[in-house]
Amino acid sequence: MSSRITSLAIAGLAAAFTLTACGSGGSSSAGGSAGSGGSGSITVGLITKTETNPYFVTMKKGAQAEAAKDGVKLLTAAGAYDGDNAGQVTAIENMIAAGVKGILITPSDPKAIAPTLQRARQQGIVVIALDTPPDPQNSADALFATDNLAAGKLIGQYAKVRMAGKTAKIATLDLTPGVDVGVQRHNGFLAGFGIAEGDPSIACEADTSGDQAKGQTAMENCLQKAPDINLVYTINEPAAMGAYQALKAAGKDKAVTIVTVDGSCTGVGALTQGQFAADSQQYPLKMASLGVDAVMTFAKTGKKPSGYTDTGVSLITATPAAGVDSKDASYGQSNCWGS
Amino acid sequence: MNSVDSVKAPGAVDTTTAERAAASPPEAAPSRISALLRVPTLGPLGALLLACVYFSFASGRFLTGGNMSLILQQVMVVGTLAVGQSAIILTAGIDLSNGAVMAFGSVVMTKLAVAGGLPVWLAIAAGIGVCALFGAVNGSLVTLAKLPPFIVTLGTLNIAMALTHITSKEQTVTGLPTVLMKLGDTFPLGQTRVTYGSVLMLVLFAVAWYVLRHTAAGRHLYAVGDNPDAVRLAGVDVRRQLITVYTIAGALYGVAALLLVARTGVGDPQAGQTENLDSITAVVLGGISLFGGRGSIVGALYGALLVGVIRNGLQLTGVDSVYQILITGILVILAVAVDQLARRRRK
Repeated sequence: MSSRITSLAIAGLAAAFTLTACGSGGSSSAGGSAGSGGSGSITVGLITKTETNPYFVTMKKGAQAEAAKDGVKLLTAAGAYDGDNAGQVTAIENMIAAGVKGILITPSDPKAIAPTLQRARQQGIVVIALDTPPDPQNSADALFATDNLAAGKLIGQYAKVRMAGKTAKIATLDLTPGVDVGVQRHNGFLAGFGIAEGDPSIACEADTSGDQAKGQTAMENCLQKAPDINLVYTINEPAAMGAYQALKAAGKDKAVTIVTVDGSCTGVGALTQGQFAADSQQYPLKMASLGVDAVMTFAKTGKKPSGYTDTGVSLITATPAAGVDSKDASYGQSNCWGS
Repeated sequence: MNSVDSVKAPGAVDTTTAERAAASPPEAAPSRISALLRVPTLGPLGALLLACVYFSFASGRFLTGGNMSLILQQVMVVGTLAVGQSAIILTAGIDLSNGAVMAFGSVVMTKLAVAGGLPVWLAIAAGIGVCALFGAVNGSLVTLAKLPPFIVTLGTLNIAMALTHITSKEQTVTGLPTVLMKLGDTFPLGQTRVTYGSVLMLVLFAVAWYVLRHTAAGRHLYAVGDNPDAVRLAGVDVRRQLITVYTIAGALYGVAALLLVARTGVGDPQAGQTENLDSITAVVLGGISLFGGRGSIVGALYGALLVGVIRNGLQLTGVDSVYQILITGILVILAVAVDQLARRRRK
């Protein structure tokens, strides 16, 4: 009896490993094939916040493509959920054990990851933060990210022109209190629009955690508070999508201008259909490919990247505003992330 | 919870004196019982060794002292939680709150040490204390209010999570005194550097194994999980037994909180969101029956290590981390299937 149970367990385990072997063959073919090519055995690690968010999936694809091109081996990992610091710490340790030259990471918890990043650097590994800076920022060697203040400013300037001649009633659907990305985009929007915090034209401010369902709830509540809202700033596209749903349900989607930040393919699609007026597009693919290149340069020449590199942001809109630089939807579509 | 089922399965693997006396006439000879005693950990140990052999061939970096030490270090938090979780599951209970309680404990101890200016040992004691208190609340609600453990700990999970966010004001606690991270330091063992925290986890497993296997209290715990009514009739105070188990488990979560702080170097209010299921996974992979009363706590160590080995090994061999989750899922189902098969065959 016991031997049968044990053999069943072992057979199952063997099956599980076979499954993985098959799966890995398919998934890591982009980076993996290059790694096995014996190209000086440079290994790069990429750690994202989660495996599921299209933004990070795109980042991973960018890193895989660049790794294949450069002939370096790419290891990838992610936290179990957004905010999973312990999971990212484990991934860093495993990557150090795997002998990586450099680690690219989007910190899930910028403060909590800092001590671990410093430990990695003490072991001679170059650490590059992508998208989100660690806190303090100098716990990574370099940061490749969107300028979130600029991203907010662009849609603020655009909204200003679009609202000319009308009295703006603004709702801002923000991220979470105290998170830099959200604060910077929010402040950028206000600066671009030319108003200060507390301006009477701001009718409603609500937090959404960048989540569609919460964005919808927030918009519904804002409409209760101020039914005549005609301009909605959103922290990201999911929040914008939620806002659109709430406005549509209230029959106000045609009368309200929604501006947002992200530039995903889904978002640009929504923009083409007229759901959003303008979208500041960011480039996660570029963050990842620049990151892989920087680690390769470090491995070959010993030169470490440093400081902040702006990976750029473009204003995407189907209805350009006079005096504000923008790209059309087809540009947005061909440079969008996700699918 | 499952007294009916248990009565029908008199030859339970971890049959103890109290249980045999209480449950039914022993049909199995002592020699057969002692042979079966070793079974529950055999599967997990085999799987663990198999995984190690596989990864040793797959990556030249796997089978090194440093990497083995690293895996232990990565497993120490979930492993310590699993000690408490095992004890509770052996009583036919379950604890969904342990990750959240641990996060609360870690925020309490770091906050008190940094912002509260308390001596470090007092901050640590307070952190472990609040975790033990949570355990006591869980145990009391399960026994005195007669609520199902699943519901009770689902409730305390949310309470602990909310208290964590309220206490920390959503801010990660940094700038910790180095003493608080002492368990994350290493000492040399031959060529390898071993983390103090890993050793502490192994010691906790050893102590728990001894208590469960060789003391009357430990044997009563198995019996409570197998057939609480019979145990009560046999004169054991089941309520007190259960409250004690939950409270000790809570204190162990406090120790896990200390290990988490030592490992990450911060007090992190967002921590502990998956550790409840991670610890249950370790327990189930270890061959401990979710229906209570059966299994060895050493199995939970193997289960925790198995998850750690797979995660580390796949990373070293460059396999995408989602496959680690896939394999763990398959193994959990397999482990439960094996448990069920073992039960059915005994009837």
